[in-house]
Amino acid sequence: MNEAVSLVALAAILIAAVARARWAPDWVVAVLGAALVLAVGAISFSGARSALRELGPTVGFLAALLLLADGCRRAGMFDALGAWMARGARQSPSRLLALVFIAAAATTAVLSLDATIVLLTPIVFATAARLPANPRPHVYACSHLANSASLLLPVSNLTNLLAFHASGLSFARFGGLMALPWLVALAIEWLIFTRSFSSELRHSATRRPQPPALDLPVFALCVLAATLAGFVLSSAVGVAPVWVAAAGALVLQVRARPPLKELVLATEPTLLVFVLGLGIVVAAAGQHGLSGAVTSILPDGHELPALLGIAAVSAVAANLVNNLPATLIILPVVAASGPGAVLAMLVGVNVGPNLTYVGSLATLLWRRIVHAHDEETDIGEFTRLGVRTVPLILVASTLALWLALQVV
Amino acid sequence: MRAVVWIAEGTWEACVDHALELVPGDAEMTLLHVAPADVEDVAARGAARLLGRRPPPVPGPPLRAIAEEEAQALLASAQSRLGRAAQLESRRGRVEREVVDACAGADLLVVARDGELRAGPKSLGPQTRFVVDHAPCQVLLVWAAEPAPGPPEPDRHRQPPGP
Repeated sequence: MNEAVSLVALAAILIAAVARARWAPDWVVAVLGAALVLAVGAISFSGARSALRELGPTVGFLAALLLLADGCRRAGMFDALGAWMARGARQSPSRLLALVFIAAAATTAVLSLDATIVLLTPIVFATAARLPANPRPHVYACSHLANSASLLLPVSNLTNLLAFHASGLSFARFGGLMALPWLVALAIEWLIFTRSFSSELRHSATRRPQPPALDLPVFALCVLAATLAGFVLSSAVGVAPVWVAAAGALVLQVRARPPLKELVLATEPTLLVFVLGLGIVVAAAGQHGLSGAVTSILPDGHELPALLGIAAVSAVAANLVNNLPATLIILPVVAASGPGAVLAMLVGVNVGPNLTYVGSLATLLWRRIVHAHDEETDIGEFTRLGVRTVPLILVASTLALWLALQVV
Repeated sequence: MRAVVWIAEGTWEACVDHALELVPGDAEMTLLHVAPADVEDVAARGAARLLGRRPPPVPGPPLRAIAEEEAQALLASAQSRLGRAAQLESRRGRVEREVVDACAGADLLVVARDGELRAGPKSLGPQTRFVVDHAPCQVLLVWAAEPAPGPPEPDRHRQPPGP
């Protein structure tokens, strides 16, 4: 009975998150689901409290990071990135792609994949169109790197934040272990992109529009650099990195002084509630068979074959149900096998979603059903790029992770 | 005679120059630009991949407006380089199919090789190859820049039978 209730609650939350119906917001369904598993006793109050205690710091950290990225946007950092790319490209689409790779990899690593998707991608689109260059390679690169460049730091992806807390690694050691897998992923993306889009990148016209003026947001850049340094030093000085992120966000937001309502909305409170509700339901489902099922699928240990298996299973799970639920479901199981297994899971859940255009098979099916009469999107190119890059990066980055685990 | 000149971002100057040189002066000319529709979708709907997130609307003009504005600017540049009367046509969709559609009823399509600057199969990108293969009219295929000297690279897949 408890098993059935928690699985039904989990399914309802996933459907609500994918469907995005106005009358059933995902965060409301997540709260109702959490209340339901508590009411029927699928999870005890102390169990729920310990799940919240586990997730609380991560959710707080996420809120601070969202405010940090929002502060950077207010300070004009993304407009400055656009101007920097336009000037540096000097009319060449392939030079522009190199700069897009640098900008997207850095934005994703430091400010998380949300910042790349929501804030950087529109800037890249406009920069390429105004070069003028066919914006296809550049926009697809942003979309891909938001996932594959999110391997580096605990702050690069919400999945990393969740795993960071569970892995017991310090911020610096997390980054040290993931640096090589991250670089390998970027190198493979670069090779595949320059080959796949060679005709879009080869020729440049000679029309020379006035490049936009570069207005560097010096203050925001200094705050961001100090925040990053604070992250790296946090464990040495015994401060949890969440406070470093909060301090950086506070400094940027105090300077910008946005209205309180905008400030609260920038933390995406509904997302925070959604993650907490989903976490309680996953914990309940975990106690009633889900963890056992995951354990039976996942390979055990931290040697190379096990790491490859964990990355592959995680990538498949992320493509089936989206990477956030996949992480919450797999994480408790792999955390028992040590940090190597946790990081291999991250390679899978972070890189895997590049296979499906909308993030997961569930979302794709839903859109096919609901938007059947909409203008058909051409997902061929996205799928071709995913098939070329994802399996290769999964294997090569996991191999790089295994190497890093031997030496770092 | 009706001629369509495909204006693509990297190669349009060569197309315009050769059209001016080789298309008869009394021909009716259309300058055609096609914006790829999938890019806007990937850029705008990326947020749909973020489960549980409600990103605030990004300030600034929407992507469609930017794309249309830049297409018009490109066509205006092409017209001023051409220096004679021409119709301007801006489309969006699957680029190669839109170009072939736009050639319906035309007598000639002017298109540039967008691949390697050396004769051979790699001198055409996949979209341009589709257009050359499917165009319903005569096709004038021009180099985007001075090609490299030397013999053409052999096409290993489609070599004609030997003597």
